[in-house]
Amino acid sequence: MTGEKEVAESRPIGAAPVGAAASGGMVAPVGAAAPGAGAAAGARQYLLVCGGEGCQSWKSEELFLALHQQAETLGVKNEVQIIRTGCFGFCEKGPIVKVMPSETFYCGVKPEDAKEIIAGRIAAKKDVERLVYKKEERLAATTRVPEGAFYNKQFRIVLRNCGVIDPENIDEYIARDGYAALGKALFTMSPLEVVAELRASGLRGRGGAGFPTGLKWELTRVAPSDQKYVICNADEGDPGAYMDRATIEGDPHSVVEAMAICGYTVGATKGYVYIRAEYPLAIERLKIAIRQAEEYGLLGKNILGSGVDFELEIRLGAGAFVCGEETALMRSLEGNRGMPVPKPPYPATSGLWKKPTVINNVETFANVPMVILKGSKWFASIGTEKSTGTKVFALTGKIRNSGLVEVPMGTTLREIIFDIGGGIRGGRKFKGVQTGGPSGGIITAKDLDAPISYESLTALGSMMGSGGMIVMDEDDCVVDVSKFYMDFCVDESCGKCAPCRIGTNQMYTILDRITKGNGEEGDLGKLEKIGQAMTKASLCMLGGSAANPTLSTIRHFRDEYMEHIHDHKCRSGSCKALVRFTILADKCIGCGLCARRCPVPCISGEKKGVHVIDQAKCVKCGECFVSCKFGAVVKA
Amino acid sequence: MEKAETGFSPELSAFIAEWKDKPGNLIMLLHRIQEEYGYIPRDAAERLARSIELPLAKIYGVITFYHFFKTKKPGKNTISICLGTACYLKGSQALIDEARDILGIEGDEVTDDGLFSIDPVRCLGCCGLAPVLMVGNQVHAKVTKDQLVDIIAKYKSA
Ligand SMILES: Cc1cc2nc3c(=O)[nH]c(=O)nc-3n(C[C@H](O)[C@H](O)[C@H](O)COP(=O)(O)O)c2cc1C
Ligand code: SF4
Ligand code: SF4
Ligand code: FES
Repeated sequence: MTGEKEVAESRPIGAAPVGAAASGGMVAPVGAAAPGAGAAAGARQYLLVCGGEGCQSWKSEELFLALHQQAETLGVKNEVQIIRTGCFGFCEKGPIVKVMPSETFYCGVKPEDAKEIIAGRIAAKKDVERLVYKKEERLAATTRVPEGAFYNKQFRIVLRNCGVIDPENIDEYIARDGYAALGKALFTMSPLEVVAELRASGLRGRGGAGFPTGLKWELTRVAPSDQKYVICNADEGDPGAYMDRATIEGDPHSVVEAMAICGYTVGATKGYVYIRAEYPLAIERLKIAIRQAEEYGLLGKNILGSGVDFELEIRLGAGAFVCGEETALMRSLEGNRGMPVPKPPYPATSGLWKKPTVINNVETFANVPMVILKGSKWFASIGTEKSTGTKVFALTGKIRNSGLVEVPMGTTLREIIFDIGGGIRGGRKFKGVQTGGPSGGIITAKDLDAPISYESLTALGSMMGSGGMIVMDEDDCVVDVSKFYMDFCVDESCGKCAPCRIGTNQMYTILDRITKGNGEEGDLGKLEKIGQAMTKASLCMLGGSAANPTLSTIRHFRDEYMEHIHDHKCRSGSCKALVRFTILADKCIGCGLCARRCPVPCISGEKKGVHVIDQAKCVKCGECFVSCKFGAVVKA
Repeated sequence: MEKAETGFSPELSAFIAEWKDKPGNLIMLLHRIQEEYGYIPRDAAERLARSIELPLAKIYGVITFYHFFKTKKPGKNTISICLGTACYLKGSQALIDEARDILGIEGDEVTDDGLFSIDPVRCLGCCGLAPVLMVGNQVHAKVTKDQLVDIIAKYKSA
């Protein structure tokens, strides 16, 4: 395979694709030329360097260049191929370098480590032990994380190429069976057969609502019109989620290919990717992917000689959460204020510029080529009966290993949080996990064994959402977090309908006063009443679900709300107005560290004497609490 | 500002010409203008209105709807501090307060030397590395309050 790789590389972009199309033939799946598949090929090794935005913030670009330079300097250039890939998902320990074929992970790699890696792993074929992931875990034996646990329970369909291929090189995508599904659909399947395959697979929308993808395509396919559109929703508005970003950065062609398949199936010749302007790297990679696909005849007029046309254009969002909602997104794409419109009519019959339109989420699309290629039976065998396939989650918050995980549907929350995520950081106690972002709810310890599916999460009073999974521990206050989400909804409400515009504001005002110790008797009742009204009467699901985080936390943590209202107490210490820092006389040794750290300053005391805080001046920054090494500063 | 008075740069004009007839082009055009000036100056919006024959009111309607578009000139370095959920839980509000303190500015003010402004944003998509802030195109991960002085100093001298 090494040889094949060389060929692929030396071919200028724009030449005919591998095994390709001039003849109208399918794009042949070109063996398994992927790095890693070549264990048998012997000498050559691969270093895959994460080029996701997360790792780039940690100088992965410099690392990439340093590795190249060292390989040159040490004269082993031909023994190693250094590739920049998309996100490995394991952001917590970045920057990551994966060694193939040995499949070793190096974590927290710095540009300075380049020499050691090249001299060690590549030239001497010996691992640089201090950087190897497994070792590090073993050292931290107390964590009880089984070796390599982060990846053990994962199953990758959507992220199949992330961290494996160079996302800026179409040949590497093709070498991993890329565009084979497009070829198969165009030349061996009718649009009806594509739809049938998708419906049989059970694939449902990953953008939140879980609508069956095959049915959505079918409704658009049968809608009569001279012009139809395909839209990819890459607006990813849930703050605290980045699955779609990582997918596009790591494997942009999977989305391009799926959209072309969709165009063929529903009879659309034009597609748009609506992507957040906040994702410059993803936008750049997508641009490159589209250009390469055009050059290879996989997009544009007469794709692969099939007579099918499909062109793709990128359109940017501009920072409005409501534009993730499909009808608002289409108004925005048309160049207007992004305000939702009532449904029906649904996009399938009247969408962009009132034409029949398929709109799917990034992750939904990324599944499609695999369904076409491997068949609906295979796909439906993964996951649960009604929720097939996998789901990608962005695991963040107070979790030990934050990062992206992809698991089969039906995996339990406990497996994700404790086995894959390594549990709570700092030995703190698990409090709850928020799924569905500002539209979802909190799930508590008693429900951790629920298998994940669209139905089960809804039954637990939350929702699947797009895949944000925010873990909270005992230091997080549920009232404060609900206020945070409500503040977000106030900011993001488009203002078109009164229940959402006024309701979010009213709920925010009440939550705000509760966190400040001014909550009133009956406030919880008011929150519930306004919340229910908003849920029923809002025009779109932004308002329709804005009350969820509050309502679900009231349901599970009523006593904490009551403590805030009655006792003016915040047990987690997050609500600043309700905390009081004091110094315990019997523990204070008078080192004076807290007094030096206090920004006000408002701590006084003789050296070696007991220190006191002037409560009237204290701004509750908590510096004294963190700085005291003797546990003398307490918060209550 | 001056540039806008004497007209759009050739590149910007070429972009407008390229996009003029595409349906739904307004947001893309506004992005390009903001890329040029760092914000959308009033006279640039007026000029755009004339060149694509759209009422100025419609253009402002769109500009004001979207958080991304700015009508006020920001500092040379905009410090975008993430206030997404993951970053909020890890204390990014305190980072915003601290940064405002260090620079002595509030809200969307710009420092007197015109070098800095602070822009709280909702999720930069690096939630695994929270809390996160971004200056220009450089993302700073797992930022602590203590690091802010150094980060700011770096851009001051640059
Ligand atoms: C307020 C709001 C925000 C949404 N944001 C997104 C988003 O960021 N990304 C997304 O794919 N879907 C989002 N959706 C769901 C879309 O409206 C739509 O259901 C989805 O794009 C359909 O694609 P799917 O069937 O592939 O999931 C949002 C919905 C609402 C009500
Ligand atoms: S529910 Fe909120 S966001 Fe949706 S249309 Fe009404 S005001 Fe706008
Ligand atoms: S909380 Fe902050 S302001 Fe209050 S005493 Fe401690 S260090 Fe000083
Ligand atoms: S929440 Fe801060 S980067 Fe996502």
